[in-house]
Amino acid sequence: MPEPLLTHTSDKQLSSASSSAEASRSDSRSRRLASRISHAERKDQLFRQALLIAGLIVLCLVIAIFLTLIVGSIPSFRATGIHFFWGKVWDPVTEVFGALPFLAGTLLTSFLALFISLPFSLSIAIFLGEYFPPGKGKNYIAGVIREAVELIAGIPSVIYGFWGLFVLVPLVRQLEMKWNVLPYGVGILTASLILALMIIPYAASLGREIINMVPAELKEAAYSLGATRWEVIRHVVLPYARTGIFAGILLSLGRALGETMAVTMVIGNTSVLPKNIFSPGNTLASVIANEFTEAASKVYLSALIELGLVLFLVTTIIHLIGKRIIKQFST
Amino acid sequence: MKKTNLISLAIASMALLASCGGGQQQQSQSAASSQDNKTLLGAGSTFVYPFYSKVFNVYTQQTGIKVNYQSIGSGGGILQLINKTVDFGDSDAPLTDDQEKQAGAPVVHIPICAGAVVLTYNLPGIQDTLMFTPDVLANIYLGKITRWNDPAIQAINSKVKLPNLPIAVVHRSDGSGTTNIFTNYLSKISPEWKSRVGASTSVNWPVGLGGKGNEGVSGLIRQTPGGFGYVELAYAIQNQMPVAKVRNVSGNFIAPTIASTQAASNIQLPADAKVFVTNTSAPDGYPISGFTWAILYREQHYGDRSLDRAKELVKLFWWVTHNAQSYCADLHYAPLSAAAQATAENLLKTITFDGKPVLETSAQ
Repeated sequence: MPEPLLTHTSDKQLSSASSSAEASRSDSRSRRLASRISHAERKDQLFRQALLIAGLIVLCLVIAIFLTLIVGSIPSFRATGIHFFWGKVWDPVTEVFGALPFLAGTLLTSFLALFISLPFSLSIAIFLGEYFPPGKGKNYIAGVIREAVELIAGIPSVIYGFWGLFVLVPLVRQLEMKWNVLPYGVGILTASLILALMIIPYAASLGREIINMVPAELKEAAYSLGATRWEVIRHVVLPYARTGIFAGILLSLGRALGETMAVTMVIGNTSVLPKNIFSPGNTLASVIANEFTEAASKVYLSALIELGLVLFLVTTIIHLIGKRIIKQFST
Repeated sequence: MKKTNLISLAIASMALLASCGGGQQQQSQSAASSQDNKTLLGAGSTFVYPFYSKVFNVYTQQTGIKVNYQSIGSGGGILQLINKTVDFGDSDAPLTDDQEKQAGAPVVHIPICAGAVVLTYNLPGIQDTLMFTPDVLANIYLGKITRWNDPAIQAINSKVKLPNLPIAVVHRSDGSGTTNIFTNYLSKISPEWKSRVGASTSVNWPVGLGGKGNEGVSGLIRQTPGGFGYVELAYAIQNQMPVAKVRNVSGNFIAPTIASTQAASNIQLPADAKVFVTNTSAPDGYPISGFTWAILYREQHYGDRSLDRAKELVKLFWWVTHNAQSYCADLHYAPLSAAAQATAENLLKTITFDGKPVLETSAQ
């Protein structure tokens, strides 16, 4: 907490300065000045407190969600114990619950989606950030692309789900028939493709902003040394912007981990450990969405809440790892 | 110093949040009992929602009594009733022993209307209606019959030339009453299904893909040549999907219709109506059908409920199980059979307030 302390001392200095001024020249002008300063000081403090409270509320919410998940998982934890995390069977009838197939489904789809989307989001970021930055000459196509990328982020996920089910699934099925795998059409691969499309805007937009902020002096220096555009991007722009680009990737990964509706509609919803990327599967979020409304027994409901806890932990761990990598990048 | 301050502030505001939540719960708890008696509250099954929303609207116009029904799912409806935040719950499955224990006091299951689960398929070029026996159905869902031209299927459908296609089995991925009825049926006709899988709103399926909701299942079937799955009767009628005939106990192949679903429940029912009418003994009954039940407390004087409120509630369900039944067919639900209606009447008569029957004092 160094900042609040700092402002506090400077506040004090201000007030002591104003009091000494009052002592030396006790006319009405300085008094008015003093009251104005203390007034501003009070407002400043009020503003700071408002910010602090807003921040604390968010912190409390996160902690409260975490605690709620833990309390809700207690009956399931009592019934299944630690085995829950690597159990392979999910059987609501006999109340045997294991999260491994869903954990595997979540991680597989998210990282596969990230892998697929990376070349696209990176190219879009470089194209819009370096080749056609906003304001530098009007380029019609760049404008359209920028709008389209932002639009992709705004489409509700259920629409992606329907589009996936009716357009992407038949395409994947044809592909699977060609490759001689079971032509389900739905499955891990289809879900990853949909996810990849959905998360492109997050990495692309953040990457574009960061690339746009690379100082012109750096780039001009490189050009003056005879670097080509490719060399400037490769050796100046990307290294400078890598922290921001990675933060964008982390953001899109977070989105992929939690995405529910679109994935549910195209992943095939089978509670079996996926054998390869063509097999149908299930993710943590989609199981919760599927089964929560009709989960009547106490342990069953609690097992679904525990899935939520697992998702929470996975997201937190990946976030922390990402933070570490960013830190290493920036030093 | 500063840090401990922060933490204590965080804890304080968390306690504040928690107390807010608690307060809200208390508020809604008393809502069911102390609100004006012109509005009754219900929650539960999504399956019955279109029917309820139609008939409750008519009821409001006729009597001025409003009924606020939230279709949050059967499990949620039962939970709300147990927490006494609603006047009635609605469930597509009877309460389990565990749930009855949680309820604390006896509840009654009033049958409201019936629905059927139909089998639909996608076989390009085949116009005829396919027929299935219980054995074949169970073996398909157990993963033992995997191709359409399997001798077992071909034998029942001797007139149809079945293709050499794999059967793409589809089931519901979301927990649903439809799945409950279907798996209950399979458990009754196949001992292996009963021991390996069992019956519930969601089960551990041996084979097949999961589609979310009726639309998800039918979407997968329509796209996959060789697709096979089950949907609700109303959904199949509305979308004019091909539906299969299923052989019932009497040996007749029955097409799923509103009439054959209604006929399925026209059998000797137990007094508490807590029964799945799957695999019915009625000769003209479709074997895969079931009720949706309104669940009420038998003794209505709990919390600070008034006699008037109890009377309105019983009156409402008398009306729903009698006059309102005429709305069923239009909405593709099967009305109660004579036997089911008689059972509902007897059950409504058992509802009491301070030990006295509500229905007699309300001059119905």
